[in-house]
Amino acid sequence: MTATETAQTSAPGSGTPGGTPKGGIPSALTAGHLKPRTPWLILVGSLALSAIVFGVLATGTGEYNWAGALIVGLIVYAFAVWLFSYLVEGRRRATDRLVTAIVTGAFLLAMAPLISVAYTVVSLGLNRFDLEFFTSSMRNVTGEGGGALHAIVGTLLMTGAAAIISIPIGLMTSIYLVEYGRGKLARGITFLVDVMTGIPSIVAGLFAYALFALFFGPGIRLGIAGAVALSILMIPVVVRSSEEMLRLVPNELREASYALGVPKWLTIVKVVLPTSIAGIVTGIMLSIARVIGETAPLLIAAGFTQSMNYNLFEGRMQSLPVYVYTQYANQGNPASAYLDRAWAAALTLILIVMLLNLAGRLIAKFFAPKFGR
Amino acid sequence: MTTAPAPIKAKARLGDLVFSRSAVFAGSMILVALAAVAIFLIVQAIPALFATNEEASILETNFWSYVGPLVFGTVWAAAIALVFAVPISIGIALFISHYAPRRLAAVLGYIVDLLAAVPSVVFGLWGIGVFAPAVVPVYAWLNEYLGWIPLFGGTASATGRTILTAAMVLAVMILPIMTAICREVFLQTPVLHEEAALALGATRWEMVRMAVLPFGRSGIVSASVLGLGRALGETMAVAMVLSASQVVTFELLTSVNPTTIAANIALSFPEAYGLNVNVLIATGLILFIVTFAVNAVARWIVDRRKEFSGAN
Amino acid sequence: MNFKRFGAPVAIAAVAMLALSSCAANEGGSSSDPSESASTLSGNLVGAGASSQDAAQQAWIAAFQTANEDVTIDYDPSGSGAGRETFLEGASDFAGSDRAFKDEELEAGGFAKCAPDTSIVELPLYISPIAVIFNVEGIESLDLDAATVAGIFAGTITNWNDPAIADQNPDVDLPDLAITPVHRSDDSGTTENFTEYLGATAADVWTWEADGVWPIEGGEAAQGTSGLVDTVTGGNGTIGYADASRAGDLGTVSIKVGDEYVAYSPEAAAAIVDHSPLAEGRAEGDLAIDIDRTSEEAGVYPIVLVSYLIACQEYAEADNVELVKSYLSYIASAEGQDEAASAAGSAPISDSLREQVVAAIDSIQ
Repeated sequence: MTATETAQTSAPGSGTPGGTPKGGIPSALTAGHLKPRTPWLILVGSLALSAIVFGVLATGTGEYNWAGALIVGLIVYAFAVWLFSYLVEGRRRATDRLVTAIVTGAFLLAMAPLISVAYTVVSLGLNRFDLEFFTSSMRNVTGEGGGALHAIVGTLLMTGAAAIISIPIGLMTSIYLVEYGRGKLARGITFLVDVMTGIPSIVAGLFAYALFALFFGPGIRLGIAGAVALSILMIPVVVRSSEEMLRLVPNELREASYALGVPKWLTIVKVVLPTSIAGIVTGIMLSIARVIGETAPLLIAAGFTQSMNYNLFEGRMQSLPVYVYTQYANQGNPASAYLDRAWAAALTLILIVMLLNLAGRLIAKFFAPKFGR
Repeated sequence: MTTAPAPIKAKARLGDLVFSRSAVFAGSMILVALAAVAIFLIVQAIPALFATNEEASILETNFWSYVGPLVFGTVWAAAIALVFAVPISIGIALFISHYAPRRLAAVLGYIVDLLAAVPSVVFGLWGIGVFAPAVVPVYAWLNEYLGWIPLFGGTASATGRTILTAAMVLAVMILPIMTAICREVFLQTPVLHEEAALALGATRWEMVRMAVLPFGRSGIVSASVLGLGRALGETMAVAMVLSASQVVTFELLTSVNPTTIAANIALSFPEAYGLNVNVLIATGLILFIVTFAVNAVARWIVDRRKEFSGAN
Repeated sequence: MNFKRFGAPVAIAAVAMLALSSCAANEGGSSSDPSESASTLSGNLVGAGASSQDAAQQAWIAAFQTANEDVTIDYDPSGSGAGRETFLEGASDFAGSDRAFKDEELEAGGFAKCAPDTSIVELPLYISPIAVIFNVEGIESLDLDAATVAGIFAGTITNWNDPAIADQNPDVDLPDLAITPVHRSDDSGTTENFTEYLGATAADVWTWEADGVWPIEGGEAAQGTSGLVDTVTGGNGTIGYADASRAGDLGTVSIKVGDEYVAYSPEAAAAIVDHSPLAEGRAEGDLAIDIDRTSEEAGVYPIVLVSYLIACQEYAEADNVELVKSYLSYIASAEGQDEAASAAGSAPISDSLREQVVAAIDSIQ
């Protein structure tokens, strides 16, 4: 009863005109709780307060700072909702509400740049997102026109080859680490995988180039060399993420399987992997996403061409990130044609990953055991 | 963790043998690949380590004074990026896994996954064109009112292309991959643990703190290590966004900023010749060693907490 | 039931595979009508080097490949240093470089593609004026002498209303605004040519040596021509130097040469090359140019970037010699130079220089 009264008296004082129950008998169930709509009212109030403050400030400079008003408003809200909740509901619920506000705030804060990036790419990429872009290469094209078919093919082939190299090695390694690994070798591999995540991409490119130059003479630029460079970058991500997912498979499942007399390898294939398949596929998709946008190593190892090339083992191969980079960095005349192509290629790259992701999710759904979330 | 006590000898099966051998083989492949990269780096780097400025025009005096500011810049930029990225990615992951309505969460998770694929060149373009101009007034404000804090001292940059901007772009770049891993781990929290906590009267935050976070701790560290690896080694975006000079300074808002090893390689490599190439590869080796050290520390931290890590 | 679930993606994948496995619309088809192309040339040519030439190279390649359908030429814009290195180790047939090989590099020799003990040809076929660009609202051009430009970039002149600038521009309303000089953060031929100009013409203000890396510590830096132009465009009161074709809507500086101020133009840039001597002590066919930055001839624009195409005097293997010669001949022709001028904004070489270049190309074997 006293708590509800506090809410009633304090609500008008802070400029949030709602919150007051329309009289009547307080229910025992809702006593000691903020009404569901109260936080929303506090939110509106905080935003309005901040908007007014910024409005007063803006009269001096003439420019209204929307972003600032929004951020300050959210901070005010986080504090106000904590205060109200503390007064009405006590410390534990107040903390809960504060954390909810912070988590949501962190989310909004982070989504802002991400959405800004996405918006920039989509809005600028659509300029040249036409049929010609997907049906022609850059051979004999200067200025306007041209397309990125050669780069799309190159990216798919090289990333595909890198995936074929990395996924088996990475997955088997993580299985080794989780299911078999004991002692020094396992510890060593875990550590080295961490180290491998830190290989700068350009060094991976230099390494792949040097490796192939050793066998084929200097100046060799091959699609497969690019794939090797990518797989060096890709393997640690596959290992790290799938190791994490395999570790999360409850031991009870393994033990139940052993108890039924299932051999260890069948247990892994039929029980452990399916249970964690969703996470593993996410990890693999992330690893592909990680390498598909690499520029520097491909520029060094796979070279640069304006023509189609379907053969990983012969000749230079173009890829989408290299395409984006060179279109941006070496603009000709008119510059806008080059920039449009660069953005369209970036958009294409994101769409390719989106399709791969969809496919990955379907696969995961197909193999995953049918229960739970 | 799964083997039976020693006395009972399991029957050796062909499938088991093949499977375990190929697992060991795959693990060894990593050792081989890494050893090959390390040997390549060391062989290429050795001539540079003792080079003087007469042999390699890129050096002022010797290799170590050249690489010093670069190491500082690399670690500094990655550290700032992680300061932003770790709490925010945990926040997003928690929001998606435990706070957002489920239908919305699936969509959001998907968007975040996609953003992991945006090529670094695009982040670079976005950083120059959209982000850097947007933060200029904020920097000017920080510089004017909080300039007495050494971090915000100096003359504020007129273009916004400072180390703080570069670190924030890095943070945005590594957010998706860190968030995805954290989210995946949080979602794996045994439902029973969560329900038990709620049934005991815990608030949602208390449930998260008692059930979800301890369970996901090793995953969070893994995500951070991956993010750190990418932040340390990121090339194009930093090279494009940062106004770089080779200095050591803690000032975040000026146009004189330390640069990173990877960005420096990208900037200097195309025009490098002779011994300068070796010098640049040697800086790559140093980056390799820095990553090694950082990872060793991270692993040590995780190992100390092993008893809490996860379901088993 | 699996069909229902997998039908759509499989169909999409199939369509995508069809689209991708078909040839690019703008490629192939040459065999169907052999009479169309009169050329008998065929083969693959690989070049690597300066990214400054890239836009021009792409234009040359496009035109050359159109005329000779069985030829494929790839040019890696990997950078001058990388280009020279690649050429040295024999991994490319020709190189593009923002500077000629130095004397000591030539003495060391070891060009793997060339016949032993023969020299190389270096052809100044890409001449590009470097514009000093700035972004100050309401001002489209300024007249400045070398000492003032040097002072601005050295950091001794820090405000746009500085008397040094105002005295030379009595008609311009200069704002009270800090100058933010922007330089290239990467190692580049543009920086090397620009600093060489400053050092030669304003030695008492600019005391640093010509270098591809910006010699002054600190200041605003940006990667590549594109990054620099973006930075200058994005800032207020910024000034920088870039390939003139990229100046766009930014303000540009007319440089004082002799008694008059010269705005950049292709003709003025080609003129300075004509008025400059060839580097001494070079082999025949090595047309390295010693640009006379301090020239006071009327109508020359002294801040130019000369980018070379470098090939062997005598190739060790004769396979690609004809192809190299005809490609270089095309680039040197008036047609080729005009192509680059329209695609990349470069300055066509003069007829007198062309004569020397053609003679050098003819000597290639």
